[in-house]
Amino acid sequence: MNYEAVIGLEVHVQIKTHSKVFTRVGAGFGHEPNTLTDPVVLALPGTLPVMNKAALDAIIKAGLMLGCDIAPVCKWDRKQYFYPDSPKNYQISQYDQPICLGGSVEIELPGAARNVMGEHKKIALTRIHLEEDVGKLNHHATDSLVDYNRAGTPLMEIVSEPVMHTAEEAFAYLTSIRNTMIYGGISDCDMEKGQLRCDANISIRPVGETKLGTKVELKNLNSISYVRDGIAHEIKRQLAVVAAGGKLIQETRDYDGVAGTSQSLRSKEMAHDYRYFPDPDLMPVHVDEAWKAELRRACPELHFDKQRRLIAEYQVPYTITSVLIPDRELSDFFEATAQLAGKGRAQAIGNWIANDLLRELGAAKVPLSASKISPANLAALIQLLDAGALLNAAAKEVFTTMFATGDAPAAIVARLGLAAAPTDTGELEAWCRESIAANAKALAEFKSGKESAINAFKGSIMKAAKGKANPKLVDETLRRILAE
Amino acid sequence: MSKTAELNIDRVAELSRLALTPEEKTRFSAQLGSILGHIEQLAKVDVTGIEPTAHAFPLNNVWAADLAQPGLGVSAALRNAPAQRDHMIVVPKVVD
Amino acid sequence: MTAPLHFQSIAELSTKIAAGQLSAVELTQSIIARTKAIEPRVHAFNSFDEADALSQAAASDARRSAGQSAGLLDGIPVGLKDVIAVAGQPLTASSKMLANFVSPYDATVTQKLQRAGAVLHGRLNCDEFAMGSSTENSAFGPTSNPWDLTRTPGGSSGGSAAALAAGAAVATLGSDTGGSIRQPAALCGLVGLKPTYGLISRYGLIAYASSLDQIGPFARTVEDAAIMLGAIAGHDPRDSTSFKTAIPDYRAELKTRRGPWKLGIPKEYFGAGLDPEVGAAVEKAIAFYRSQGCEIREVSLPHTQYCLDTYYIIATAEASSNLARYDGIRYGHRTSSAKNLLDVYQKSRAEGFGDEVKRRIILGTYVLSSGYYDAYYLRAQKVRTLIRQDFLNAYREVDALITPTSPIPAFKIGEKSADPLAMYLCDIYTIGVNLAGLPALSLPCGFTQSGLPIGLQLIGQPFREADLLATAHAYEQVHGWNTQFPSL
Ligand SMILES: [Mg+2]
Ligand SMILES: [Zn+2]
Repeated sequence: MNYEAVIGLEVHVQIKTHSKVFTRVGAGFGHEPNTLTDPVVLALPGTLPVMNKAALDAIIKAGLMLGCDIAPVCKWDRKQYFYPDSPKNYQISQYDQPICLGGSVEIELPGAARNVMGEHKKIALTRIHLEEDVGKLNHHATDSLVDYNRAGTPLMEIVSEPVMHTAEEAFAYLTSIRNTMIYGGISDCDMEKGQLRCDANISIRPVGETKLGTKVELKNLNSISYVRDGIAHEIKRQLAVVAAGGKLIQETRDYDGVAGTSQSLRSKEMAHDYRYFPDPDLMPVHVDEAWKAELRRACPELHFDKQRRLIAEYQVPYTITSVLIPDRELSDFFEATAQLAGKGRAQAIGNWIANDLLRELGAAKVPLSASKISPANLAALIQLLDAGALLNAAAKEVFTTMFATGDAPAAIVARLGLAAAPTDTGELEAWCRESIAANAKALAEFKSGKESAINAFKGSIMKAAKGKANPKLVDETLRRILAE
Repeated sequence: MSKTAELNIDRVAELSRLALTPEEKTRFSAQLGSILGHIEQLAKVDVTGIEPTAHAFPLNNVWAADLAQPGLGVSAALRNAPAQRDHMIVVPKVVD
Repeated sequence: MTAPLHFQSIAELSTKIAAGQLSAVELTQSIIARTKAIEPRVHAFNSFDEADALSQAAASDARRSAGQSAGLLDGIPVGLKDVIAVAGQPLTASSKMLANFVSPYDATVTQKLQRAGAVLHGRLNCDEFAMGSSTENSAFGPTSNPWDLTRTPGGSSGGSAAALAAGAAVATLGSDTGGSIRQPAALCGLVGLKPTYGLISRYGLIAYASSLDQIGPFARTVEDAAIMLGAIAGHDPRDSTSFKTAIPDYRAELKTRRGPWKLGIPKEYFGAGLDPEVGAAVEKAIAFYRSQGCEIREVSLPHTQYCLDTYYIIATAEASSNLARYDGIRYGHRTSSAKNLLDVYQKSRAEGFGDEVKRRIILGTYVLSSGYYDAYYLRAQKVRTLIRQDFLNAYREVDALITPTSPIPAFKIGEKSADPLAMYLCDIYTIGVNLAGLPALSLPCGFTQSGLPIGLQLIGQPFREADLLATAHAYEQVHGWNTQFPSL
């Protein structure tokens, strides 16, 4: 019998706010233990929650970006369970009236090759709700230590319909959510910092069956590649159990990304009964059209829309856009440069960004926003190259100087004496004719239509020019002579 | 709503995280049984079409601007902690 | 004949302080002396910080001599029920669970009283986590009623009532979830006000049942209650259920708001179970209002018989959740015999909570649990709507309602403690008010043959405390019940 896997994901995204979701103490990562706490975070006797407007703005914006229906009224519920990372022993969450309903996430599956765009499809969402994050447990040999810095951080839970069938789809789904959140300025989605977390519900069923099979919840998929590997592993495990005549049990499994194995969790633990009920300490949220309109105006272009537009408007290859798009800043930088540099230079800009800029940023360990490079300078550099005023080899040096100093390329060229030498046209024509005469084979090839054969003539010309000939002029001169 | 007999004291005590002695279980079951017996009469009220009241007075959109305020400080935060180490709360090893 | 200092009202004492006839330190010393004298018999306090009280009083005197008096409450010793947080002071909720807890922060009402200059001198006994009607459920032992030490002061705010009745405070704060201010006020011969839900911030009040809890004052006179209310009322951005409403000068309004009012007598509040002496005293009070030209009308609150059940479902459900935080992890009692995490939870809570708290947690957990939520909790919330509508319907005809506060006067310590249901019935006239979120006040309306105080309940309309207080004031002006004091 043929089986198919059915996958639904529960993705938790921390919302980037200054303060926590139900109290105004600071939120953040990497602080000394228990410094981001106040009486409310610690659930001291007598404390009460107060909503953070920015967290509501962020989740509504996320919902709008993903095409969700924004509920006109939503409320808060208490989800009750005892755990040391949960200071109140209930989590304020949304049960039957979440703020965002429906919607979908556009995903791109891997293409036939790296330079080919893959198939796009939409993964339906069930809901997105807002809740509070819990603290962090640090496990030691004989005890565990609790740090409540993370407790109360605003957290969005994005729940998909069980409509994915492969680990690749799940991976693409998570990637797209991450890009969407980064574009919206909603979260940085750094999985290492726990800003993006993913649990997967996985089952298998015979192809053609419409009922869902026994569901296994896979936890601790805490890197984007673990999501892919963990799900692939779980599908294989389930298929193997069934193939061996076994029966799957509904359970929660913990995926160990390092070992590439999973293990059943909480089999001994008492069955949950969350006893959700409306939180009497919090009032409902009413979202009106004006509020939605305001947030809709704040929604950026979605990443896939931007990718399609860059390809159409600037004729940049897909491969370049797939480097630019995941980084909103980088793709904005590209577009600004392309507009300044003028038509026909987009591909060159893309190459400079994908190769040189990313290399320099990586080496300097700075984000683009903190670097000294500007679209105007990169555009000017490419114009110099195009005009033949600068040679490729020298351009690399100009770029690194420009990156380090923020100076305009023309100034750097002048300062370092890197300008391409003006070439006497008569001399150049002579070198060209000599080179053609010396390469009968290449001449024949070129004449028979092999365009690239022209390059064979260039080496000796450049040698004669001691490397300072304008390559554009060389190319033009060669073509004129060859066309004679 | 004849659920009186269904109060499973073991299950509810477990959910409540209360270790009850056998004597307490017997005593509480009897006492709660009579209270639940009294509560049974709520089933007689016709609540068709009646909205539930979660708050005495309706308010909505009660929120604050996202301005971070200073916290309590670690020593005040852990002042009442039964056990602490390295500025964190100590609990028996959590096995999950 | 002037009453001794410790039995005088805020109005009287503040006049003396303002006139320079009395200093805050002298007054505080007198209250401390009185407290030491009565406390072994009454046991109203869980903690009392003499040095701190005297330094607050000295600060008050210093303000006054600098011409910066904060007003009527400046220098007045006020006691707080031990469920209201004061930074640096114990906060126990009368529970073993919090026996060693020291609050690192202030409740909003604490800050407001401090700003008004009050001397916060002690934290008052109550039923554990405010669950009870007799103050017998305190882990630190019961409080006695100053009028008869073998009887309870009522509860849960019994310490707040007993301390004031005994002269160990000039005013106190309690909290009222189902009658916990009004019933002890009635049983101790005091004015007790439960304000409209949302008028007083709950920030810093240990939650019992969040949608019902409200802080309110105990006072010797309606005027004092008005002064206290004025000091603690008002919107608080730290409490999402707090209302933005203009706060009038309640004390000044006592003189400007005049009847006659239309007063309703809810017939369901005068049935079986009402002590004849209590009933007779209330009837006399009704007759007084009639004699003043008030229109008295019988009204019906048809869902009254469901109040108790609705209350016990909603209150225990919320309590089961609110008390989950007491787990021995971050603060509070942690068992010494835990082998694992589950032990920490189950044993700490079993050791830290008393019987009534355990019973309510179990009941509340049960009514919220899977399969029972709709039949109990959701249904109770709907019945709550009907109960609220009953009151709002009545207010189409009348301005306020008159009822007994408690069906019975103060009962013996131990009399009802074995039968939770009998204890719950003490609250039948008070819980409807909490379910509807209304303001209500208890004021003395006489004594039984055996000398126990009787309380009259006036129930008002949302956020119209000024009218409620004025209605009570009109009665108090011509009845001297509050000039009688227990002999201790
Ligand atoms: Mg979930
Ligand atoms: Zn969640």
